Amino acid sequence: MSSIIITINGKDHSLDVDPQMPLLWAIRDVVGLKGTKYGCGVAQCGACTVHLNGEAVRSCVTKVSRAAGQKVVTIEGLSKNNDHPVQRAWQEIDVPQCGYCHSGQIMSAAVLLRDNPNPTDADIDAGMAGNICRCGSYLRVRKAIHLAAGMERKVSSRNE
Amino acid sequence: MDTQSVSRRNFLKVSGLTGVMLSLGLYLPTHAEEAEIINTAGAADLGTDLNAWIRIDALGKVTITDHRAEMGQGSYQAVPQIIAEELEVPLNEVAIVFAQGNRKYGSQITGGSSTVRGSYKNLLKLSATARQMLIQAAANQWAVPVTDCYAEAGHVIHKPSGKKANYGTLVADAAKLEPPKDVVLKKRADYTQIGKPLHRPDTPLKTNGTAGFGLDKTLPGMLYAAVERNPRLRGKVKSFDDTAARKVPGVKQILKVKMLVHSTPREGVAVIAESTWAALQGKKALKVTWDDSGFEHLSSEEIYKRQHEALQTNEGLSLKQQGDVADALAKGSKKLDVVYQTPYQSHSCMEPLNCTAYYQASKVEIWGPIQAPDMVQDFISKEMKLPREKVIVNMTFLGGGFGRKAFTDYPYEAAVISKAVGAPIQVVWTREDDSTQGPFRPGISYRCEGAVADGKISAFKLRMAGQNLGHWMGAPKDKPNNSTNEGFLKPYTESIKNLSIADVPFETPIPVLWWRSVYASTNGFAYESFMDELAHEARKDPMTFRREHLPDERVQKQLDKLAEVSGWNSRKPGEGYGMAITECFSSTVGQVVKVSKNPNGGVKIDHVWAVMDCGWYVNPDTVKAQVEGSIVMALGAATQHEVTFKDGMAVDKNFYSYLMPRITDIPPIDVFIMENDADAGGVGEPGLPAFSPALTNAIFDLTGKRVRKLPFSLATV
Repeated sequence: MSSIIITINGKDHSLDVDPQMPLLWAIRDVVGLKGTKYGCGVAQCGACTVHLNGEAVRSCVTKVSRAAGQKVVTIEGLSKNNDHPVQRAWQEIDVPQCGYCHSGQIMSAAVLLRDNPNPTDADIDAGMAGNICRCGSYLRVRKAIHLAAGMERKVSSRNE
Repeated sequence: MDTQSVSRRNFLKVSGLTGVMLSLGLYLPTHAEEAEIINTAGAADLGTDLNAWIRIDALGKVTITDHRAEMGQGSYQAVPQIIAEELEVPLNEVAIVFAQGNRKYGSQITGGSSTVRGSYKNLLKLSATARQMLIQAAANQWAVPVTDCYAEAGHVIHKPSGKKANYGTLVADAAKLEPPKDVVLKKRADYTQIGKPLHRPDTPLKTNGTAGFGLDKTLPGMLYAAVERNPRLRGKVKSFDDTAARKVPGVKQILKVKMLVHSTPREGVAVIAESTWAALQGKKALKVTWDDSGFEHLSSEEIYKRQHEALQTNEGLSLKQQGDVADALAKGSKKLDVVYQTPYQSHSCMEPLNCTAYYQASKVEIWGPIQAPDMVQDFISKEMKLPREKVIVNMTFLGGGFGRKAFTDYPYEAAVISKAVGAPIQVVWTREDDSTQGPFRPGISYRCEGAVADGKISAFKLRMAGQNLGHWMGAPKDKPNNSTNEGFLKPYTESIKNLSIADVPFETPIPVLWWRSVYASTNGFAYESFMDELAHEARKDPMTFRREHLPDERVQKQLDKLAEVSGWNSRKPGEGYGMAITECFSSTVGQVVKVSKNPNGGVKIDHVWAVMDCGWYVNPDTVKAQVEGSIVMALGAATQHEVTFKDGMAVDKNFYSYLMPRITDIPPIDVFIMENDADAGGVGEPGLPAFSPALTNAIFDLTGKRVRKLPFSLATV
């Protein structure tokens, strides 16, 4: 075992772990950030989605060694005050029911909106098809992403 | 499942806790005849712990207890929103805590969609009592008539002078008062919180990762366990080779474990490790030889073959019999005799089963995603021979429940492992464990025979062959399954003079359990598909046919609404419209599904309209969310997944073959709520059963093809 250094939510962590360990379990059991969820272990449900150098990855199938020296953002680091436009939209529409999948849904949606600030329903469906919600909150996910896009647009027009 | 009766009478009790505080709870005796309000001294005489649904401290901070599990259905909001209304405090200013498992809260089994309907009358009265005591305390302090005072937003106000006191300044005096015998409850029209779409208090916790689920629990010195369980419930461990598993770094201990699924032992091998990953790696490295002798290893084909055979030869145990069905069937001019089939289903909660337990010095504490903390307490107390108060059961947030987490097996397993290891243990079920171990919703076959005469049903006979999950709980095997008519609207039984409903007993070694909306989830498909077939036999519009067979004013209004919102009466030729209406846990839901031909083959769902009649309700947005979610769950069960068995084992292990509805599968869904003065019905489950028959009835309307077996593929139908 060797030390792996990963920047998680802006803070460097030196982890003494099996390099084969999925990033998911390193984040949860070793770093102790519990917001990222285990759902399937095989990249089918998206509950474990985090950002690796800004891209959405399934941490359950991403070896921790792949994140060595890289930047990881988890749900806890998406915003300081729970106020990323996606989080605000999720709150406005009360998207979550049980809530277990929504760390992953939100992390996927944040990347979707960064790459496509004005997505259509079809764009949203394509971008979010990897995230399962057993409670069936999908209609609200779609609605909230449109709402968050509107918030993003307002922010960027203010900045111009 | 059994739920707390809304008619149960309660004693209301008051007690000061430590420090200056007003604390109010309900005493829930089993056999109390009448509600009675008693004072603190009387409460002590009863020798019972006080539950405390409401606590108000000297700073005016209000803490409300949610005695039920929060698994997405909204108890974490509904219970406090009910209390906040009559207590006159804003919901967003109260603190909410989960109760521990304890009989003093009455039944805590969060099932049967019973949280609101089972407790709202008591909780309204309790909260109004607290408010009245605070008003009285203020009136006493100010030496003014109590009738001149009122409560608003955590304060008591003296109307003539405008004097105002925070609840916190009143609790010391209020706690000394006798609770009033009668309190006046607010009228629904005067509610400022109940009936309003207030934001869920748990939403912010669920957008930044701070909501604590079962798997998020940690304890100092906690170890992780993964268990390789026999893939056949009744099987045993013959032997195991753990040489490779012991070499996995972080693995600390490996032991054979025997757990109980009710009274059936389940055997497996547990790997105890320093991290979840190490435990999972160790589990993978185990080589276990199973002993699977002594019971049948069934396949799905064999199960359904036997069900169908039984339905041809066995009249079953009668649950309901009126008129002369045999005679009416013989005389009927147009007759139908068809079989419907529904699949076994896995709950597949997004949070796989897990539980954390710490057994030490003849005491055990449990933390987990638990739907029935009181049942877990009872079960562990009995099986581990510990007094109930030495079994402490804490509910976390649940990442889905759907009935699976109202079972006692996985908390008991965690307690057994913790005791054997002598350390706090978190047992992690993999998705594969969760998908294949069950218990499952039973798959059921129904034989429906019927006849129409003069445009009406002259005979209706249904027989059901499927496993009775009541047998887990000791229901007698010579009596019909009482759930055989779940889902069927009662007013039908008034209009259908010749009616027979029977249960054909059917057993397999496969473990079964309630699943969202329980038997209605599968019965609804048979009842409402058959109703549609009879309507077509009678050459009647399906909505008109329902109307003519449902002589009930409330249902008629609901059908009016359903026709109106779906545009049923203005639908055009070539559009496929289907409808269904089902009852579940004292609520009725009608749905219309619209389908059209998919250019790529099969059909696509264009729209779903649902009308929910749940009587009195707390939060319209939650009601809508629950119906939306129920429809999505029903869509998966109707068109995407089923648990199939081969050689006695569940075949599909994970979401790559046990397919789930995804955002790409979801049609527009519009949910409407009936407004009336009826008592509260269930909300979390009743939206589910009507969907699959409404869908297949729509497909018949479009294509002329009758779907009688679930699941089916929308792409190839």
